[in-house]
Amino acid sequence: MGDNNFEPKIVGFLCNWCTYTAADSAGVSRMEQPPNVDIIRVMCSGRIDPAFILKAFAEGADGVIVSGCHPPGDCHYSTGNFKTFRRMPLVEALLAQYGIEKERFHWGWISGAEAVKWAQLVRDFTAQVRALGPLNWKQQLASKED
Amino acid sequence: MGQNSKLKLGLYWAASCGGCEIAIVELREKILDLDAAADILFWPVALDFKYKDVEAMPDGHMDVCLFNGSIRTSENEHMAHLLRRKSKVLVAFGSCAHEGCIPGLANLFDRQTIFQRVYLETPSTDNAQGLLPQTSTQMPEGEVTIPRFYNTVKTLAQVVDVDYTVPGCPPQAPQIWAVIETILSGQLPPRGSVVGANEKTVCDECKHKREEKHIKKFYRPHEIIPDPDRCLFDQGIICAGPATRGCGALCPTVNMPCRGCYGPPPNVIDQGAALLSAVASVVDADTEEEAARIVGEIVDPVGTFYRFGLPASLLHRSRLADR
Repeated sequence: MGDNNFEPKIVGFLCNWCTYTAADSAGVSRMEQPPNVDIIRVMCSGRIDPAFILKAFAEGADGVIVSGCHPPGDCHYSTGNFKTFRRMPLVEALLAQYGIEKERFHWGWISGAEAVKWAQLVRDFTAQVRALGPLNWKQQLASKED
Repeated sequence: MGQNSKLKLGLYWAASCGGCEIAIVELREKILDLDAAADILFWPVALDFKYKDVEAMPDGHMDVCLFNGSIRTSENEHMAHLLRRKSKVLVAFGSCAHEGCIPGLANLFDRQTIFQRVYLETPSTDNAQGLLPQTSTQMPEGEVTIPRFYNTVKTLAQVVDVDYTVPGCPPQAPQIWAVIETILSGQLPPRGSVVGANEKTVCDECKHKREEKHIKKFYRPHEIIPDPDRCLFDQGIICAGPATRGCGALCPTVNMPCRGCYGPPPNVIDQGAALLSAVASVVDADTEEEAARIVGEIVDPVGTFYRFGLPASLLHRSRLADR
């Protein structure tokens, strides 16, 4: 499959108050970005259950983005993003044990005013995941199973 | 057998340690009540029945089969299909059949890696010729075959339809008896139910005193002598209580942290993710660097958070290498 026609499927879990606003703004401002990221808006990055990320990979995502408000101070709920930065290093460690490349998972912070940064992330991350090729979690397990 | 109205019962072990069998014996004198109420038609660990005895039964002959153990080999899978066919009600009995359990942690490796380690590398191995198990070997007397060892450990429900699940490593004797009484009464719960366990979490049953959690450092059980009155998790010991179906909080009662053997509570799809979430969110760190350092000290996250449930989890196993 690793051909040039491969279009990665990326799921982005974005907090309503910062990164989603940035993504919205990037779109409205007609910033150039590939259409590979399917955005799921959540109220806070602290609401992102690690199971969402695992399920995205299990169901066919080639990459996952988690993004919220800058800590400390930007979170609409004061400390929701603290939960995020406490959890995500462990999610990274899990993915490493599962054999999923760290380049397939990005987590970080983009404020509502950083539409340019969002568009750049989408361009860079899509290219990065495209270079890795498809993950195809279920199919690769089934094809190598016996 | 068969001429009376006694329950026709079968018990089988696939890839398991034998603990579930001990748990049945742990019924103690009630095992005599079980014998009075049921004819045991198949129980390899205790009674001398052969696979051919099961094969000779008409389909659906056994009323209930309690199946413990995960599916590790082609023999396990064959027996799962056979016992499914011969049983009216098939019960995934114990953590291995339910969610893969400790044998399921081998899903972080594949057959080749496991054979390499077990048959060639372990210090206690004396295998100068480097022999590895072969499914078929020619001997002077003819061909000898052994079951195929799969790359991946599966749960019982991943290979056949399962009617009920009894969680636990092993299931606790009073709960086993409650399940047997339910079966004998004929008042079976809706198909697919988890039976012999509670609906709430271990934390809900635990008697330790809980406070707001601020964890600066995680301890493994051997690294700390816990205060017997306070919540173990509050003291930095990773306890699976928040993400585990209630068993009566047996381990915390004796100051050992819950390890998660009863599996996820209702409505949790991935026990490990739920536990990871609970553990990480109470880390007392207000900077990214400090948080990363504290959670980075957790040894083997998959083994810690998915100790009993890796095969049943969202990702099932680690990625398989191209071979």
